[in-house]
Amino acid sequence: MAIPLSYNFRNLMVRKTTTVMTSAGIMLSVAVLVASLALVNGLRTVFANTGHPLQLLVLRNGGTSELGSLIPTDSFAILRSKAGIAIDGRGEALVSPELVNVANLPSVDNPKGMNITVRGINPIGIEMRSIRLTDGRWFRSGQREIVIGKSVARRYPTAKLGSRIRFGKGDWEIVGITDGGESALNSEIWGDFNQIASDYNRQDSASSVLVRATDPVTLDALKHSIKDDRRLNANAITERDYYANQTVSGAPLEFLGIFVAVAMAIGSGFATTNTMYAAVAKRSKEIGTLRTLGFSEASILLSFLTESVLIAVLAGALGCALVLPLNWVTSGIGSFVSFSEIAFRFRVDPKTIASGVIFSVVLGVLGGVLPARAAAKKEIIAALREG
Amino acid sequence: MRSCLSLVLRNTLRNRRRSSLTVASMAVSLGLLGVLLALYRALFYGGETTPGQAKRIVVHHKIALTQELPVGDEQKIRQVPGVRAVISLRWFGGTYKDPGDPKNRFGQFAIEPASLVEVYPELRITEPEKVAFVAQKTACIASRALADRLGWKRGERIPLVGAAILPVTVDLTLVGIFDNPEGNAVLYFNRDYLRDSLSAGDSRRDMVQQYYVEADDKDAVPDVARQIDAMFDESSYPTKSEPEQAFMLSFVSFLGNLKLFLAVIFGAVTLTILLISGNMLSMSVRERTREVGVLKSLGFSSGEVLGMVVGEANLIALAGGLVGCGLAAALCVAIAGAMRSAPGFTSIVRGLSVSPLILTITLGIALLIGSLSALAPGLSAARTSILDALRYNG
Repeated sequence: MAIPLSYNFRNLMVRKTTTVMTSAGIMLSVAVLVASLALVNGLRTVFANTGHPLQLLVLRNGGTSELGSLIPTDSFAILRSKAGIAIDGRGEALVSPELVNVANLPSVDNPKGMNITVRGINPIGIEMRSIRLTDGRWFRSGQREIVIGKSVARRYPTAKLGSRIRFGKGDWEIVGITDGGESALNSEIWGDFNQIASDYNRQDSASSVLVRATDPVTLDALKHSIKDDRRLNANAITERDYYANQTVSGAPLEFLGIFVAVAMAIGSGFATTNTMYAAVAKRSKEIGTLRTLGFSEASILLSFLTESVLIAVLAGALGCALVLPLNWVTSGIGSFVSFSEIAFRFRVDPKTIASGVIFSVVLGVLGGVLPARAAAKKEIIAALREG
Repeated sequence: MRSCLSLVLRNTLRNRRRSSLTVASMAVSLGLLGVLLALYRALFYGGETTPGQAKRIVVHHKIALTQELPVGDEQKIRQVPGVRAVISLRWFGGTYKDPGDPKNRFGQFAIEPASLVEVYPELRITEPEKVAFVAQKTACIASRALADRLGWKRGERIPLVGAAILPVTVDLTLVGIFDNPEGNAVLYFNRDYLRDSLSAGDSRRDMVQQYYVEADDKDAVPDVARQIDAMFDESSYPTKSEPEQAFMLSFVSFLGNLKLFLAVIFGAVTLTILLISGNMLSMSVRERTREVGVLKSLGFSSGEVLGMVVGEANLIALAGGLVGCGLAAALCVAIAGAMRSAPGFTSIVRGLSVSPLILTITLGIALLIGSLSALAPGLSAARTSILDALRYNG
């Protein structure tokens, strides 16, 4: 027969101070773990929301990033004539040569300056993305005008609608703010392809070409046709994959967070063991009484283990609650692929919370197993005499 | 007083299991604090600088690293007072064999061979290799880490296919393998070879990525950097000059808002240790309420009773702190070792180590926490009246 759970609850209530102090340690380690997971989760969401499933990014053969890639102008026509390329309402092929570079502006987190992706693009490229203008207007071709993503507007004090910023060969006027959903596009600056190309001495080529296939089946065929075309000497990967691969930028912080959480958990685990040993010592008489009443060794063991798991889970839940407000926090991290900053929002979702709770259960079991065993092994007579 | 001390010691050793668990718990947490401090130092102060590094300045385009500077700046920089040597560096970023294999990715820089060894005395290379590198236009040298990784021997032919900014192919011959303290994978080749590979009218022929400037001594560095920037401020290619260390550290911001991240974790860990120690002490003091009554009736003052609790807390904290410092040192060595092959600027972490200052701070925090955590249980013990204490039935 099992000892009722209410017995454990009452015990925790009686030893309020100790319970609170022990759980606080566990709470903080769970909070650090969940916060680190929420960071990577948020970053993953941004990259997962970027890119159209039918679109391929064409990069120079061997190129892994748009920044270091080069596609010569004569390749554009070859790509436009490929079978399986989607056509828009006006009969234009959905093929967008784009030029990518970086500009450096002071950010809120980093007044010394942080890189932002600058993308030279034609109207067709805008059409191929789910992006809309929230303020101002689009840049005009042939003008030194740019639009900035909403995250850029929020995180870079000098980037405001109507103001001018300096990169490339001179000043650019910000004429619009864009919203690309929760995607990496919010962290970019867009301007006219030819203008940007001439500022970076790149009139004869693009960095990458974005193409859209008509359907999922032709997507694969198109991908191989581009790879195998010797005239192009290029590689094509799906736009989705290109961005998904950048989630790895969060790895150093994730690693640090998990390392810290585990170290803190070991510390709190020892503290839990301490608390539970004290509880066992103090309740010797009760243990003896319970045994006399017929409760088995196993049910004593289970009862004490339950108590330590209860402390840990309560603490874990509090730890998760503590980091919930992070859901409204936006931060930025550098992507090593685009060599520029990507803004993201922390995401504490059911999955990260579940990881936090599981972590606390494990902590409760590991911290409570030795004291619970000690409680179960007590001699009845000796236990009754103690204390 | 002496009897107090021996009582403190005996009290600490009385419940050995509890004391060791508390020491272990504090040691792990304090060890973590030590590692965090070392990380903060490495990321924001750059750990140790070599004497050569302290004298070097990186000059790059003011707006972005990816924008190039004209080759003619070299002569102008050389004339700035306090400059001993200048070397231009150009990132090639080409591909070697199958670029899909991460093994084939490494740093490739076009430089001027004769000045390289001058500005970088840390690069250890034999004299014949140096001579061959200077003499032969298609020669290149590679770091030991890179040569070992790809199994290169001297005489190896290394074709590199240029990237977006420099769309040419260079066919290099390995003439030397050097040892460098960073231990990263890097290859240097002659900038004249790159220049000649570009067609005659190409504007990219006369551009470089950045300059490395060696100052006469490290105290001259800030002034030299200021003078260089002032000289190019009004030109079409404004520059930003910073000490090499600061340049490396500027990449740290790429990892996100690390300062805040580390500060929050530091606070959380400190609070946890405070709670662990406080909890342990209140449990001990509560169990000994009767003894406190006995001590007081024997003539021990409230102050002495408080002192004994504080003493016990500090003894445990000191033990935890010492073990924690050892743990931090060991962890730093382990992390630094694991990061040895890390790419790019994360190599800063390779220098991760605990300095005497970090150990002192860690121990200081341990003792401070010990004393703080003893206050509440200590005061309550000191305030208990003899009668209440003797009557206590815990």
